[in-house]
Amino acid sequence: MGMPGFYVSPEQLVQDKADFARKGIARGRALVGMRYVEGIVFVAENTSATLRKVSEIYDRIAFGGVGRYNEFDQLRIAGVRHADQKGFVYSREDVDARSLANQYAQIMGQVFTHEHKPLEVEILLAEIGDEPDDDQLFHLMFDGTVMDETNIAAIGGDSSAILERLQAGWSEGMALQDAVKLAASALAGPDRTLGAAELEVATLDRGNGRRAFHRLDDDAVEVMLSAN
Amino acid sequence: MSMPTFDPGDDPGPDFVKLLDRTGRSIVRELPGQFDAGHATTVLALRTIDGVVLAGDRRATSGHLISHRTIEKVFEADRFSGVAIAGAAGPAIEMVKIFQVQLEHYEKVEGKELSLDGKANQLSGMIRSNLPAAMQGLAVVPVFAGYDRRRELGRLYQFDITGGRYEERDYASTGSGSLHASTVLKLGFSDAMDTGAAIDLALSALWHAADEDSATGGPDPIRGIYPVVANITEDGFARIDDADLAVRVTALTANLSTQYGGV
Repeated sequence: MGMPGFYVSPEQLVQDKADFARKGIARGRALVGMRYVEGIVFVAENTSATLRKVSEIYDRIAFGGVGRYNEFDQLRIAGVRHADQKGFVYSREDVDARSLANQYAQIMGQVFTHEHKPLEVEILLAEIGDEPDDDQLFHLMFDGTVMDETNIAAIGGDSSAILERLQAGWSEGMALQDAVKLAASALAGPDRTLGAAELEVATLDRGNGRRAFHRLDDDAVEVMLSAN
Repeated sequence: MSMPTFDPGDDPGPDFVKLLDRTGRSIVRELPGQFDAGHATTVLALRTIDGVVLAGDRRATSGHLISHRTIEKVFEADRFSGVAIAGAAGPAIEMVKIFQVQLEHYEKVEGKELSLDGKANQLSGMIRSNLPAAMQGLAVVPVFAGYDRRRELGRLYQFDITGGRYEERDYASTGSGSLHASTVLKLGFSDAMDTGAAIDLALSALWHAADEDSATGGPDPIRGIYPVVANITEDGFARIDDADLAVRVTALTANLSTQYGGV
């Protein structure tokens, strides 16, 4: 299907596509996910109150996406469809993040190698277990690479610097409020501060019943950020 | 099971039933011949000052036999609504299961909960698509009730086997004992009842239905089997526990004993 008469080496093709995707993702604002005492919290830098980066997939599974909104939102919906269908055909407890992460990896890898334009997105998929030790975080790259993260993860623009700041402040068994404050300062960096209106915060909380996903509104986030 | 993806313009949207159709797991089926599967019977709903109360007896019958003593006919549809079923037990419970998934599926895909009217319409469509099975003896006729958070009141809906949807103002009942149950509700209902009074009236209606209809089961203190009763208010769906129901049933049967000259 390539242009006639030009030869491009596979190495060059993959390199170009990866550079393209990385550039697209780096332009977007970042998102972090981390374990806290009652589960996993996602904090994204997002000024929109309607176009979400963080969403519920299933009872104990949440989704965070960065990069091109329309692309990760399609992936989010595919995930909801997969999870709801699997839970309906088998049982609710058979739906797990690992299998979803593999499905995402398939799709993203397929698009990366076969389509003209790769997906300009990164995804963070979280699942909480009955016990804190069973919490899981999966980080998916634009080319379908899956990484199993422990405790903390950052995706999107400037994510390696953000991850360093998170690593410096994270500890086992953090309270939600401390986790949100850490995330806000890690996302902001040394030269800025982010307020509740610029953050999107949601949790998977073990104390929240069957549907563990819970979105925090601006007022709740404001209270957490301003507490000492 | 692979992840379902669709082209734009050819996408099932937030419709879970359509999604099942598209992935080859269609739930609509053609059945040969007539069936007499297990049937489940009297369920009701009534409006209170705080929301709605839903209740149903526990018996399922197969012909003249009692096939189950502890079947549940009242289900949480989502946080603010519930559904109570009468008719063929198997298809009814499956319909409830699909309905529950559909409400949650819509909420997650669209990022917004359906309105209470929208939920009732969804259920109506499912009953309509069950019509061929209903003609073969597998009718499912639910009552749907919930707390409408936009209007801040409890609302309830009755259906027929064609999917006809009828909103009732005060109370609704369906199933083989519904004639007797709705007479009790009609005589006992008053506007602005509190939840306690509504639960007592629901238990009374179910007792009288069981007293007249062989396919409806009465409370069974010997085995500790009581109707399933749920209260839906602005705080959401809450099932009333058996200990509370046991006390109310004891009071009800004591009154009935006095009334009818039993010991």
